[in-house]
Amino acid sequence: MPTVTYKLFDGGERTHSVEDGSSVMLGAILNNVPGIMAECGGSCSCATCHVYVDDAFLDRLPAADPVEDELLDGVASERRPNSRLSCQITLTPALDGLVVHIPERQAE
Amino acid sequence: MSDGLVVVGGSYAGLQVAASAREFGYSEPIRLIAGEPVLPYQRPPLSKGYLTGKTTPAMLPLRGEAFYRDAAIDVELGRHALRIDPHSRTVELSDGRSVRFDKLVLATGARPRPLPVPGGDLAGVVALRSLADADQLRALAAEAKRVVVIGGGFIGLEVASALVSAERSVTVVEAAGRLMARAVPPVLSEFFADLHQARGVRLKLGCGVTALRSVQGRVTEVLCADGTSEPADLVVVGIGVVPNVELAQDLGLACDDGILVDGCARTTAPGVFAAGDCARQPHPHVASPTVRLESVQNAIEQGKAAASVLAGSPAANGAVPWFWSDQYDVKLQMAGLPQGSDRVAVRGAVEEGKFSVFHFRAGRLVGVDSVNRPAEHMLARKLLAAGVALTPEQAADTAFDLRGALAASAEASP
Repeated sequence: MPTVTYKLFDGGERTHSVEDGSSVMLGAILNNVPGIMAECGGSCSCATCHVYVDDAFLDRLPAADPVEDELLDGVASERRPNSRLSCQITLTPALDGLVVHIPERQAE
Repeated sequence: MSDGLVVVGGSYAGLQVAASAREFGYSEPIRLIAGEPVLPYQRPPLSKGYLTGKTTPAMLPLRGEAFYRDAAIDVELGRHALRIDPHSRTVELSDGRSVRFDKLVLATGARPRPLPVPGGDLAGVVALRSLADADQLRALAAEAKRVVVIGGGFIGLEVASALVSAERSVTVVEAAGRLMARAVPPVLSEFFADLHQARGVRLKLGCGVTALRSVQGRVTEVLCADGTSEPADLVVVGIGVVPNVELAQDLGLACDDGILVDGCARTTAPGVFAAGDCARQPHPHVASPTVRLESVQNAIEQGKAAASVLAGSPAANGAVPWFWSDQYDVKLQMAGLPQGSDRVAVRGAVEEGKFSVFHFRAGRLVGVDSVNRPAEHMLARKLLAAGVALTPEQAADTAFDLRGALAASAEASP
């Protein structure tokens, strides 16, 4: 199983194995990683599972689709070039070791 | 330590009260009477991706087991509350035990409204609310060739979009003259009617159902008020829900199509709260004096409001209501509750399937329905929350800068 490291806003970090084919969001929810809300449960509707993808992994991810791209305009913390919705990042063996940074806020 | 908090109901609202109470500093014991045999799970996918197989059971939990352990929330799976005694402050569980409480939350949800016609309870007739319902529907759909969906609301249309295929016909029978008539304006009803018909779903609008026929106890035919009939080997009923208020009534709480609560989810009894689909509340973004909202977002916000009281710093639920429905690849997102709106303005191109409908009441923006415009939906929630003054002409003008209007409003009233 690929591992994902979640860097928390308060400086802490958590590393968890997340099932292949599962999402970065679900990995956070199932392992009780704080700071990812995912109110819509991963249907790409709410923009409350925002993460900053560590630069080292950016080019291994497929680009955001138009819906995700639009929703990223509505995130509560600053949108940056490495902003993604974690429900739309599907884990693959190529993403083993992925590092994501959790923003300060997910809602206004 | 007191007897702590007992939450009756283990879906979005109940879980949120428990989670937020801990987050806000409530340190007494918390017991969640979940009712169903599985940990709290997502319901919206049950009428969408779960039926197509895109969403798997592993993707459904709202929280992992680690959460309940870390937050010291004691979950009672597979047991529900039978009776509540207000004098001894105890809840009698279905396994024969009784648990005492200091504070009580009723997050009992709602149940599908039964089809009130002869044959409404035949084999092959299903409603959709729980994971068990969804599993049953999936199993039946796998064998079905002719599906009739009774009710052209969100649930019925989502099920239709998930089940229609070359091998399986779907007919939606709706008593009102248009789809989702209670929730969206005619322009959206027409857009979605076209969408469903283009994908092969047959629509019978303005058509009431009078009875279901069967052979050997299994449904075979849906009889309509206009004298026509539809053959069916599977009937899905989606005609709304009824709030579960029986426990509240036993407790003597005031109820009126829902358990009456204030903005902080407090019922008429001290130390007793209600949240989610079962509760009727006053709401700053709703025109009527009280409203019963059926949504994930409201369950979460009302749960937080109850938790804020439990933790000693009450904060009322005042968030702009929002809802969503996914049908095929079309994302419908609704912000605000535009009951009684007297004017609508369409922004964007309906024919391209990317547009929003802005609702106004007495000149004020009261709601926005967006089709495949997620950024506009997010913006609409902020416009409504801030009470930004906007005219229908501005809303309809795609050159008008909504983001700028929001920023200007924030500057004017910091």
